[in-house]
Amino acid sequence: MTDRRVISHVLRRLTPGPTATEIDAGVSAGLEATVDRVLAPVPPPALPALGADPLTSARTKEERQEARRQVAEQVADATWWWIGRLAGTGSSAAEKLTFFWHGHWATSVQKVRSAGLMLSQQQIFRRYGTGATGPLVRAMLRDPALIIWLDGQRNTRKAPNENLAREVMELFTLGVGHYTEDDVKAAAKVLTGWQVDRAAGTARLVAARHDPAAVTLLGTTGVFGVDEFADMLVRHPAHVPFLASRVRARYGSAPDLETAGNNVTAMLRALALDASFPADAGNLGKQPIEWVVGAVRQLDVPLDKARKPALAALRALGQVPFRPPSVGGWPAGEAWLTTAAAQARLRSGQALAALAPAAVQSLSETKGERLDALARLLAVDAWTDRTAAVLKPVAAKPQQLLALALATPEYTVH
Amino acid sequence: MDVITRRRFLAASGVAVAGGVAAYSLRDILATAGDRDPAARTLVLVTLYGGNDGINTVIPYADPAYAAARPALAYDAGQVLRLDDAFGLNPAMTGLHQLYQDGKLAVVRGVGYPKPDRSHFRSMDIWQTGRPDRPENTGWLGRWLDAAGGDPRLAVSFEPVLPPLLAGARSAGATVPGGSVRLPKNVTTAQLTALGAAAPGETATRARAAACFGDLTRIQDLMYDVTEQDDDQDTATGTGGASQSLDSQLALVAKCVEAGAATRVYSVSLGGFDLHADEKQAQESQLAKLDKPLAAFAGRMAAHEVVVAVYSEFGRRVRANASDGTDHGTASNVLLLGAGIKGGLYGEPPSLTDLDQGDLKYTTDFRDVYATLLADVLGSDPARTLDGWTGRSEEVWA
Repeated sequence: MTDRRVISHVLRRLTPGPTATEIDAGVSAGLEATVDRVLAPVPPPALPALGADPLTSARTKEERQEARRQVAEQVADATWWWIGRLAGTGSSAAEKLTFFWHGHWATSVQKVRSAGLMLSQQQIFRRYGTGATGPLVRAMLRDPALIIWLDGQRNTRKAPNENLAREVMELFTLGVGHYTEDDVKAAAKVLTGWQVDRAAGTARLVAARHDPAAVTLLGTTGVFGVDEFADMLVRHPAHVPFLASRVRARYGSAPDLETAGNNVTAMLRALALDASFPADAGNLGKQPIEWVVGAVRQLDVPLDKARKPALAALRALGQVPFRPPSVGGWPAGEAWLTTAAAQARLRSGQALAALAPAAVQSLSETKGERLDALARLLAVDAWTDRTAAVLKPVAAKPQQLLALALATPEYTVH
Repeated sequence: MDVITRRRFLAASGVAVAGGVAAYSLRDILATAGDRDPAARTLVLVTLYGGNDGINTVIPYADPAYAAARPALAYDAGQVLRLDDAFGLNPAMTGLHQLYQDGKLAVVRGVGYPKPDRSHFRSMDIWQTGRPDRPENTGWLGRWLDAAGGDPRLAVSFEPVLPPLLAGARSAGATVPGGSVRLPKNVTTAQLTALGAAAPGETATRARAAACFGDLTRIQDLMYDVTEQDDDQDTATGTGGASQSLDSQLALVAKCVEAGAATRVYSVSLGGFDLHADEKQAQESQLAKLDKPLAAFAGRMAAHEVVVAVYSEFGRRVRANASDGTDHGTASNVLLLGAGIKGGLYGEPPSLTDLDQGDLKYTTDFRDVYATLLADVLGSDPARTLDGWTGRSEEVWA
């Protein structure tokens, strides 16, 4: 039988918070079979029907104000739909990987101002984010949300805008230091002329706005299209190491991720099966989305009731989906471990535990040591003596026990 | 040219934390009292995140091009708080207007940098690094801190995350997370203290998670007295800015200054200025959140050697957009007030008609303002911190 700690660790990192049942199943199936199951492809879901983009038809000032209010509602609905999906399909790694790509190609609805375009971008992550990165980069360079977010619409032959060209190389594919300012200018030329049709949710190349001149880009001279640019980026020697560094920051460390090539699923498989990976346990602070969705899953909080406290927790902890703080995405690692976050976890823990009568009931019926049952429920390997001493006095009050446990250092890192 | 992104800045401050800088408490800062030269000045830097519309802050009301460019957004001569025959302050800025009339507020107009960048993050990074010409991973006051010996308590922020401007190459300023600590009723200080203890053999990350509880108890017993009336939970904004109100941040600064803390630089911030639509009311409300706390702070600090500087990453486009808002622009005003500042209007006001792609052409380089703050407030050599920069805005001093 496979060590329960190894399975717990792998599932904590690859999925948005495993339940005790999922860990049990993993222990019986073994590590490799579990990793294969978790990483198996999942067909992209049908997107929720949000209605037409209200901003495209608004004309008067009043109509625009009303449209903005409607957009805000659609964004809130889309956000909750996604969190519901993260929780509902959390036995698979798929939606957490979608979230990884969202943080990587960090695009904010604050500027895009369309829930529909954000959801379309997310479908690109689902369709192309599980394989080699070539098709993903090709699709993203045509993505309306990304084009709006990084001023691609303003990038024309007459007035080039370098925003998208620079970030594609700096933040999305190569990393700083692997291209020159001349490469940025050349890439901006290659990307000129893309225009977004908000009503249709599409982007197209407008010939009159496009600069077809030959450029020297990353050492090659010629006339390049967007696909050739994308292929150049994913073949660049800096691309795979860059991708591996982003995987390490979000999922954890193993020495040889680069041998998996430009395929994040292959990297995650290599990571999960690496003999050194279990020793990485406890080295990452949980991202707020992992903390919240994990708690909702493990406490079995009914989704219809979880919306308000879950979104409040994400706001307080600083990670609201579709609203990354900048094109650089959310911070990683210890940035989440602040006094403000500790407070927020204490408060949100109370709110979530209050909505978890099933978990409270099962804890109150435990026959053996209640703290062991609590650890099992929350996929915590063990409590330190320090934390056990704090939890023990409230063990007779299962709801309070659960709430406090969600804020403990043991539950906060993974 | 490339400039650093916010992400890399966060990484820079992360390096500083990894180097052993823990969160500080107000007690740590107050404990430095007596370590300073009583004549030494203190700089309070106020960052307005989101790009404050400078044209509707210091308003060129007499210029016909102003009303023509923004019909639904313009203020007329009767509405502005008059500074002279050409300029007036936004009607929401009554406190700062009084300071101007008292000869205590200096406005430097047209402050910017070459090849303006209209991205919030890039432009803010340029302002915070002080280097518009090349990538830089240290903040301008972080480099000052390096040169001043590197004690984090010399440069303090009351924001939850270290602002990039305080990250140096070898040192970083201290963050003193403040605000009212709100805990569930059934959580006790004893529990927090117990959770805050290190456990043998745990990872550094988990030890950090535990240490947060210890930090929390230190804040808790110190912050109630200064923030009990402050229940204003401003939400963070997408383009940055502290989640704590400016009022409570400045109250903490005032407390430290009055106690004689050794701190020479305080960074405070206010977010929410990115008003692409329906700007007029919203900006007035934002400016009121700046004006009232700042005027009160200036009054409270009158007997202390404190200089305040207010800036934003850029101003806004001269012409209003189709949503009764304004888009990202370029040059804007820097406000200066406090010890030694000679009130008045400085810098050549940028033309509203001779524009650079619809935006103002800057007339004063922001490094001139930084240089004068470094030299005359912090008593340091600006060239050392600003890559040899020699310009100064000396005219603002009495």
